[in-house]
Amino acid sequence: MSTFVSESTTTAPAPSAASRGHVEITNVRKSFGATEVLKGVSLTVPPGGVAVILGPSGSGKSTLLRTINHLEKVDSGYITIDGQLVGYQLRGNKLHELREKDILKQRTDIGMVFQNFNLFPHLTALENVAEAPVVALRSEKSLRKPKEEARKRALELLDRVGLKDRAGAYPRQLSGGQQQRVAIARALALNPKILLFDEPTSALDPELVNEVLDVIRELATSGTTLIIVTHEMGFARDVADTVVFMDEGQIVEQGSPQDIFTNPREPRTRSFFSKVIEPAFNI
Amino acid sequence: MSSTATTVAQSAPSTAGRPASAGAADSSPAGADSSPEPTGEAPTEAPAVDYSGYKLVPAKHPGRWVGTVLVALGLAAVLWSLATNPRWEWGVVAQWFTAQSVVNGLIETLKLTAISGALGFVLGFGLALMRLSSSPLLVGVSWTFSWIFRSTPLLVQLLLWYNLGYLYEKISLGIPFTDVRFFEVQTTTLISQFAAAVLGLTLNQAAYSAEIIRGGILSVDQGQLEAAAALGIPAWRRSTRIVLPQAMRAILPTAFNEIIGLVKGTSIVYVLAYSELFYTVQVIYNRTQQVLPLLLVATLWYVVITSVLSVFQYYIERHYSKGAVRNLPLTPLQKARRFFATHAVKESR
Repeated sequence: MSTFVSESTTTAPAPSAASRGHVEITNVRKSFGATEVLKGVSLTVPPGGVAVILGPSGSGKSTLLRTINHLEKVDSGYITIDGQLVGYQLRGNKLHELREKDILKQRTDIGMVFQNFNLFPHLTALENVAEAPVVALRSEKSLRKPKEEARKRALELLDRVGLKDRAGAYPRQLSGGQQQRVAIARALALNPKILLFDEPTSALDPELVNEVLDVIRELATSGTTLIIVTHEMGFARDVADTVVFMDEGQIVEQGSPQDIFTNPREPRTRSFFSKVIEPAFNI
Repeated sequence: MSSTATTVAQSAPSTAGRPASAGAADSSPAGADSSPEPTGEAPTEAPAVDYSGYKLVPAKHPGRWVGTVLVALGLAAVLWSLATNPRWEWGVVAQWFTAQSVVNGLIETLKLTAISGALGFVLGFGLALMRLSSSPLLVGVSWTFSWIFRSTPLLVQLLLWYNLGYLYEKISLGIPFTDVRFFEVQTTTLISQFAAAVLGLTLNQAAYSAEIIRGGILSVDQGQLEAAAALGIPAWRRSTRIVLPQAMRAILPTAFNEIIGLVKGTSIVYVLAYSELFYTVQVIYNRTQQVLPLLLVATLWYVVITSVLSVFQYYIERHYSKGAVRNLPLTPLQKARRFFATHAVKESR
C-alpha cells in the first residue's frame, strides 16, 4: 500500500491526474413522489479535492451523491465534471438525456463505493475488480489479451488495498472490511477522475471500520477527487478539505473542517454535532 | 464418535469442594444441587460443584428407533410383494423393456422433451424480459400470453393446433391487406402430428418458464444492477454476466421441476396418435392385453429419465452456487471417496 500511482498503467501519469476531476453541482432539485429530497443544491469540488458530506439521515446526502454519476436523474439543475455535462447533452436550447451507452461511458470516469459493498457474489475478488477493465480493454484494439491485462491490473489494485493474497476468494468468504476494500479496488479499476463513497463504513463492525478508512485516507492524497458521505466525524475532520453539512435537502453550511467542527455558524449544525460528535472524538 | 472421553471443565473455582464421583453421573442429587432453590443444604455451596470428572451421555431417541423399524418392515413388505406376486409379470416387463418399438417411442419422447423444453425456455426468457420492460404494451402482451396458455388445458391446446386446418385452411406469408403472397401452404400439410405436439408443448412451456425466469431475475438484489451500472458495464453483459448467473440459483430448481414434468407431460400427445413412449405402450397392450406390465415398462423409463435429469440438476445447481455458500458441500461421489479413503486408513492400522 505504499504508492497509489501504479507503474504499469498505460494512462496518463500522476501529475496530470491532479488537473482532472472538477465537480460542479448547480442548483440540483430532485423529488421522490411528493417529497422533495434535494431543494436546489449547489456545490463545487476542485480537482483532487476531498469533500465530506455530513447530515442526519433523510437529509438528501446519498441522493445528491447518486446524482453525480446519474444513478439518480435530476428534476432540474445540472452537474458538470471538468466542464462536461453529466447525463445530458446540450442540443439547441434543451438538455437532452444521453443514451444509456454514453452514460455508461461517462460513468467509467466516476467510481462509486456503496454502503452494502454490492460486490458480485458469484465472482472472486479478482474477477470483481477485473470485470469493468475487461469490458473497457476489449474496446482497445491494440491489446491482444484484454482479459489477462485486466487481471494483471486487478491484482495490482488488490495489492494496493492489501488483499493480494485473497484474490481467489469469493466475497462471502471475506470479512466486511475486506469486502469493502475489494469494492474500493473495483471502483479504482478504471482509473476514475472522481470517487464517490456512500457511507462506506456504515455496514461494518466497529473494529473493521479503520482498515477501510485507512485505505480511503491514502486515496485522499492521490490526487483523485473524493466525495464522501459518512457518519465518521473523526475521519471527516482528518481527511476533508471541505466539510458540507446538509439538512432537509439543502446545504446548511460548508467550510474547512476547522470552521465547521469548531465554529459552526448555523444553529442546526451545532445541534447536530452536539448529538453525534461526543462519541466520535473518543476514538 | 464417543471414542475420546468428553469432559466439561467448570471454570468457577470450587470453594465447598464437593468431590466429583464419576459413578454418580445419572443420580438425581447432582441435578438438585445445581438448582438455585435451597433444598435444605447451605444455598451458597450449590454453584460450586465440579462436574469435570463426569462423562457426557447423549440423549436417547427411542421413538426414532421404533419409527425406523416400522418403516423398514413396511418397505420389506412392499418389496416382497413386488418380487413374489406373479401378476406383476416381471418377465413381460423385461421382454418389452428394450424392445425396438418401445425404444423408438422413448427416442420420440426424448426428442419432444428436448425440442419443446429448449424452445419453451428461450421463448419464456423473451416473455420474461418483455414483462420486466417499462413498455406497457410489451408487459401487457407478455401477461396475456401467460394468462391464456396457463388457463387452458394442454389437451385442448394440442387438439386445437392439430385441427388448425379446420379454422384456417391455408397459411400464407405476404403483405397484409393486399393480395401479394410470397408463400402459401395447406395448413394440414404444415401442421403434422409432430408440429402440433411441439407447438402445443412449447407454447405451454413458455408460459410457465416465463414466470420462473422472471422470478429468478427479480430475486437478484437491485444493488447488483446499480453496482454494474456504476462501473459502466454495458446492458447485455450486465444481464448475462451479473444478473443471470445469480438468477440461475432461483431458476434452476423450478426449471428442473418443469422439465421433469414435461418428460411425463409429453405422454399427453397420445391424443394426436403420435408414437411417443406412452402411445407406443398403449398400442402394444391393446394388442397383447398385458396392460399393467406394459404400463410398468413406460413408468420405469420415465423413472430412468428423471433420475438422469436429477443428477444433472445436482451438478448444475452446484455450479451456480459458487460464491453463494462459503464452502461448497462435498458431492456424494466425493463423500464416498473420502469414506473409503478414511476406512482404508483405519484397516491398515
